[in-house]
Amino acid sequence: MRHIISILLENEAGALSRVAGLFSARAYNIESLTVAPTEDASLSRMTIVTSGSEEVLEQITKQLNKLVDVIKVVDLSEAAHIERELMLIKVRATGKDREEMKRMAEIFRGRIIDVTDSTYVVELTGTGAKLDAFIQAIDAGLILETVRTGVSGIGRGDRILKV
Amino acid sequence: MIMTGAEIVIRCLQEEKVEYVFGYPGGSVLHIYDELFKQDKVKHILVRHEQAAVHAADGLARSTQKVGVALVTSGPGATNAVTGIATAYMDSIPLVVITGQVPSAYIGQDAFQECDTVGITRPCVKHNFLVRDVKDIASTMKKAFHIASTGRPGPVVVDIPKDITAAKCEFDYPQTIQMRSYNPVVKGHLGQIKKAVELLLKAKRPMIYTGGGVILSDAADQLTRLTRRLGFPICNTLMGLGAYPASDAQFLGMPGMHGTVEANMAMQHSDVLLAIGARFDDRVIGNPDHFGSQPRKIIHIDIDPSSISKRVKVDVPIVGSVPDVLEEMLKLLDAEKSAPDAAALADWWKEIEGWRAKQCMKYKHKKNVIMPQYVIEKLHEVTGGNAIVTSDVGQHQMWAAQYYKFEQPRRWLNSGGLGTMGVGLPYAMGAAFAHPDKQIACVTGEASIQMCIQELSTAKQFRLPIKIICLNNRYLGMVRQWQEMFYGSRYSESYMDSLPDFVKLAEAYGHIGIRVEKPEDVEAALHKAFVEHKDECVFLDFLTDQKANVFPMVAAGKGLSDMILAEDL
Ligand SMILES: Cc1ncc(C[n+]2csc(CCOP(=O)(O)OP(=O)(O)O)c2C)c(N)n1
Repeated sequence: MRHIISILLENEAGALSRVAGLFSARAYNIESLTVAPTEDASLSRMTIVTSGSEEVLEQITKQLNKLVDVIKVVDLSEAAHIERELMLIKVRATGKDREEMKRMAEIFRGRIIDVTDSTYVVELTGTGAKLDAFIQAIDAGLILETVRTGVSGIGRGDRILKV
Repeated sequence: MIMTGAEIVIRCLQEEKVEYVFGYPGGSVLHIYDELFKQDKVKHILVRHEQAAVHAADGLARSTQKVGVALVTSGPGATNAVTGIATAYMDSIPLVVITGQVPSAYIGQDAFQECDTVGITRPCVKHNFLVRDVKDIASTMKKAFHIASTGRPGPVVVDIPKDITAAKCEFDYPQTIQMRSYNPVVKGHLGQIKKAVELLLKAKRPMIYTGGGVILSDAADQLTRLTRRLGFPICNTLMGLGAYPASDAQFLGMPGMHGTVEANMAMQHSDVLLAIGARFDDRVIGNPDHFGSQPRKIIHIDIDPSSISKRVKVDVPIVGSVPDVLEEMLKLLDAEKSAPDAAALADWWKEIEGWRAKQCMKYKHKKNVIMPQYVIEKLHEVTGGNAIVTSDVGQHQMWAAQYYKFEQPRRWLNSGGLGTMGVGLPYAMGAAFAHPDKQIACVTGEASIQMCIQELSTAKQFRLPIKIICLNNRYLGMVRQWQEMFYGSRYSESYMDSLPDFVKLAEAYGHIGIRVEKPEDVEAALHKAFVEHKDECVFLDFLTDQKANVFPMVAAGKGLSDMILAEDL
């Protein structure tokens, strides 16, 4: 099953490689990984999308907690949460495709943020599934480049991950 | 006081009451070596290879409850140390390994003797640090000792660039350290402990199974009291030997691949299994599916949550320090009115005695050929069962574990997790420094001993009275055994050709060498080594039966009750 794990860790050199190294050393999946400092610059917040059985997930959580730089770990997918991912997608936009692409972007609540006479760059935010759906919806032959940030997640309401 | 980084490093070691540092100098650590020279509180032990420096520090740690310390230079010094670090990591041994690094400004430029030590060691340390500022040395060293020795112990590497050891700052050693990201649990959950005690009291076929965690946390006393109190059978893993006296009737021996019939059968057929500081390793429980196919309730006490339900699903997990949890259990038992089910227990013991009656450790003597098991039995006799025994890896390791009956903890030092050939002699060195009053025996094979043979020179320099018990079968015995049993006796590269004359070799290093070829000479030779040459290092080269195998054996991937016995063949 797919899980979204949120990690609060020391913003130290090497902390990222400890987490990434743990996943590769123990053969856990990483679908995506995002990390950046928080409002407190001594802390980083990381979101990892992974998959595995309940037993594997339990081990992932325990192993992450064992890392000396890791302060807190939560499996966001255990309760109400929000996930968002940003995608920048460059598409060919000529002739009748120009209008069509603009309409698709609107339907998906995307924004066209760069325009040339033959291309658009569309910015799209949403769940991973929504971004996938956009890619499915447009003509694959028109896609020139895609860049995705990977998923960031946060708990709903009172679920707060803090030191 | 204003000091250089190098001076601070040494002062930190003094503050931590470090008596011995095992090391090897080189360019990046010259400032530190210069400071070592100027003081005499911390004694430096010059080894002959960095691998041995880490193993020796590890041996010291295993035989005491202290943190072992090693010091090596950058690049090849650090890479040579990696095997030692990984060995300590797999067995959760507290170490602080200080590595020199090229000057800060050169990092990343492929400088002379540069390597990414923090990157290379990351997967085999509990934690590591690259010190970037002289002001951070003291707090980093404090953290290193704290992390290495608390929670589930392990090695910590502190990598220090050369310029940082020359830079100066005010020295102030923190007496305590707080880390928001590192707070190991100590106290076990009382509710869980209660549940465990209830389960134990209801058990019909209980079994206690303990590992290295009991040794590391110095909980042998609590374990012995609890086991006697309950009257349950107990086994100690390869890493846990000595936690419970081997001569006691409740002791069933070692479980696992080369465990006793009674230990393995009792593990497999128990209805309540109390696992303490053990991790259900593949060499202990065999095939986990086969092990899990038997219905039983498992209670697991461990300081490391990630050890629990990793390979085997556990019913009552208890995270906490082993001695604390066991004390709680004893207290609850005192308050408890009910006792274990005596009738059920008597039946269970009857069944166990049936397995025991198989006498699976019996072996056949041969005329004119020394049986390796016999050497260990005699070693036990001559040393009064009181020696610190180290071993390398192979058949000799298993025989030492099976036939030297350990009565006390921290008397048996071996590489259980990584299985590193070459640890035996350096472990003996570390133990010899920590215990100048004790007999130290290194049980080894003619192949393993050659992996760190250069340390005979260190043993000479520091007059270490180590007795090397080489069970010389002229084979990579354990490899040969697998080839005989599972590869149609095709002995691919397992014969040790062109062996040195170990007697002459020992003499060349300035030690005493004795070759023993006949069974009737074994005892006298051991006596000569341990009594006549008590204060010297003696190399005993026993020419043993070439085809002797270790039994019982559970083949890799097989179920624990699926044992091959000596008598089957
Ligand atoms: C560094 C290392 N290399 C290889 C092995 C694989 N191995 C395990 S036992 C063994 C043979 C050891 O031979 P010896 O030291 O003579 O002991 P014996 O088994 O004959 O008692 C080997 C090669 C190992 N454990 N460690």
